[in-house]
Amino acid sequence: MAINIDTSAFTEEAYELLGELEESLLALEESPTDDEIIGRVFRAMHTIKGSGAMFGFDEVSKFTHEVETVFDLARNKTIPVTKVLIDLTLAARDHIRSMLDSADSGEVVDQIKALEIIEGLRKLASNQDDSEYDEVANQEDETAQQLSEEASEPQLFRIRFKPHLEIFSNGTNPLLLLGELKELGEARIIANYDDLPELENLDPEQCHTSWEIFLTTSEGENAIRDVFIFVDDDCHISIRNLEDQNDIDSEPQKLGDILVKSGDISTNVLEKAIKPLGHRLVDSGDVTPSIINAALEEQNAVREKREQKKKSEPTSSIRVTAEKLDNLVDLVGELVTVQARLNQISSSRENSDLQLITEEIERLTGELRDNTMSIRMLAIGSTFNKFKRLVRDLSKDLGKQVEMSTEGAETELDKNVIDQLNDSLVHIIRNSIDHGIESPEERLAKGKPAEGTIHLAAIHSGASVLIRVDDDGAGLDPDLLRQKAIAKGFIASDSELSDKEAYQLILGAGFSMAKSVTNVSGRGVGMDVVRRSIENLRGSIDISSTLGKGTSFTLKLPLTLAIIEGLLIKVGEEVYVIPLANVEECVELSAASINSSHSNDVINVRDEIVPYIRLRDRFDVEGERPAIEQIIISNVNENRVGFVVDDVIGQHQTVIKSLGKNFDHSSEFSGATILGDGSVALILDLREMVRYVEYAEIRGTL
Amino acid sequence: MEKKMEDRAMATSAQYLTFLLGEELFAVDIFKIREVLEFTSVTKVPRTPPFMRGVINLRGSVVPVVDMRAKFEMSKTETTVNTCIIILEIAIDDGITIMGALADSVQEVLELNLEHIEPPPKIGTNIHSDFLIGIGKNDGKFIMILDVDKIFSADELSNIQDTTA
Repeated sequence: MAINIDTSAFTEEAYELLGELEESLLALEESPTDDEIIGRVFRAMHTIKGSGAMFGFDEVSKFTHEVETVFDLARNKTIPVTKVLIDLTLAARDHIRSMLDSADSGEVVDQIKALEIIEGLRKLASNQDDSEYDEVANQEDETAQQLSEEASEPQLFRIRFKPHLEIFSNGTNPLLLLGELKELGEARIIANYDDLPELENLDPEQCHTSWEIFLTTSEGENAIRDVFIFVDDDCHISIRNLEDQNDIDSEPQKLGDILVKSGDISTNVLEKAIKPLGHRLVDSGDVTPSIINAALEEQNAVREKREQKKKSEPTSSIRVTAEKLDNLVDLVGELVTVQARLNQISSSRENSDLQLITEEIERLTGELRDNTMSIRMLAIGSTFNKFKRLVRDLSKDLGKQVEMSTEGAETELDKNVIDQLNDSLVHIIRNSIDHGIESPEERLAKGKPAEGTIHLAAIHSGASVLIRVDDDGAGLDPDLLRQKAIAKGFIASDSELSDKEAYQLILGAGFSMAKSVTNVSGRGVGMDVVRRSIENLRGSIDISSTLGKGTSFTLKLPLTLAIIEGLLIKVGEEVYVIPLANVEECVELSAASINSSHSNDVINVRDEIVPYIRLRDRFDVEGERPAIEQIIISNVNENRVGFVVDDVIGQHQTVIKSLGKNFDHSSEFSGATILGDGSVALILDLREMVRYVEYAEIRGTL
Repeated sequence: MEKKMEDRAMATSAQYLTFLLGEELFAVDIFKIREVLEFTSVTKVPRTPPFMRGVINLRGSVVPVVDMRAKFEMSKTETTVNTCIIILEIAIDDGITIMGALADSVQEVLELNLEHIEPPPKIGTNIHSDFLIGIGKNDGKFIMILDVDKIFSADELSNIQDTTA
């Protein structure tokens, strides 16, 4: 290039478009006739082509043009969307990607592969009448058509339903009809009882009420007509599609226009009452309040729909480097600490002005903190989508049929957690496909469907997020695991492991269950790496399995890595932080209860025996113990364990600071935080501490 | 940075910060030093070797502090008005780690001619020769020039396992 243009904007955009392209292609595979998806694929390629040429990526542009040409045929329904086409386009996507990569690294791209892809695509384009493809497409055509009909855009209707006076006499209950309408979609129903006569004139067997219904449905107008099919003759029913006349993307119509259009008032009346319209109309007696209400409701419904539409459209956003965001989080962290100091100083001085400002700053800091944290929260869906491709390719390589479904893609997690989670999930999914899911023949022999499923789910659970990977494969055999562990010397031959403990064995280093090493898995490195990286995220892995039915991995992860709620405690002169998420309750430990336990380190909490660890002993603190100590009862690995401390100080917003590499080995502390007075307090990792103590007790050297 | 190193490789002299541990004079290459702080309260990290004094708050970061006297098997540092924390940039595993070192008092910045620095003798010093870059001479006094990257390397500091297990 003669002029050195900054191409990073293009490459960044192109990578994103490629991601979108992949996603669309996979979606297209499921519903090959969905015009909208075909359009999406086409647009993505078109943009890559256009901006590629603009930024001097002529190769990329030229190649994309070829692919685009073929897809244009598909868009015009000249050729059907087939698996072959999708395979080729996916391959083309990968090739574009490698071309972009090579622009960065200067590597040479595989030209032959490009030619092969183009060759294949051209063949497709010329084989328009190939019966083989036709068949596939036709088959898929029908189901897809149904799908696309069902999934058509929801539309907003205004339905005016004025039943005949004698409607009750033929046994019709209008409320049932309204109920049916509600089933079609989201309905707002307004009753209009302006025609209701005085009580003395009222005949309870007549129906004086009419209804206005605003229905958002994707079923179409005919479905609405069907509801009224039996009362159509003698009732007044009008159905208006508000989106036909009234582009939902523009401002909702003015109240007056709506009334005029629906024939409730004439334009003269409208002009007469042009200012506070609703009230004036009622005051002048031209319309009744119910009509106004109905019209207002229509306005609301349209407005709401519009907002929803806005929401579903990609919201405008700006791209920021992760580094800038990390800096911001660091600064906010510091601000939170400084604010804590300010609080402390202000509370020790009786100055109401200062206190006022401090409280204000506290509120602002809190909001700033929450906002900053929320910026870093990303939906896990984009990660899930990446796995779709992985599952597709991997199952193909291994000759297995696997389908992946996801759930909770909108669940949000801290960006850093998601980034670090990616590799672990890849490992788990690979394992599930390689070891878990059997070959189609094997599955059929076992009476399972030939196609295996992998289900990825993310759900919120308190301050954590649970991510589950379920497969319906062979499951884990706890006995086999025990034997293998004994053979490899991981556990003693006489040790008794529960099934759950046996499953955990696969997380150990050097433990592989694969009978042979494939290029996918079986080398025994992997799951221990997964375990470690999840533990680094302060998370945990739980495995459950039913032999022959499948295995389920549940990763429990904290929402964010940067700030936690902590409980400040005191041991000797030092102050420590215990993550509040671990704390169940605090009880007093008096000398009497120590005596009653006969010098065992256990305490009776509401008739439950809870062992405890005295932090004074653990930390070699010298000096007298206070007469009354406190026990923090916590839940560690499903067991209740107490931690004896001198005093509980209170809650603390804990900004986690790393202790650095030098303390890698003292994993009893997961980090440190800075307190209000500027001093440092260590954050206890209760799980590790219990592990250490258990280890020490086994060796008898506490 | 690289440029600087090149310049220095060709230079004939280098600058060192000198400080006292007990009666002995030590020095650290000035490029390793970020700043010198007055002694502040240090939070002890339990179950670490005695030479790990603990951690301090350095403008929002948590920085470990090593008691160099304890590390060199002298008596533990008693804090006085002159006690300082020298903040050092240590190269560990391709990265720079910030660490603090306790010194009884900081003396001066000294320009030493590289010719006047001799390699550390294998025996005869109180300090393990691995921890020394060399011994300098100034006004007839010996100055122990420390190799802080070695002293503060992860291996040296993390034999904590032995004390816990």
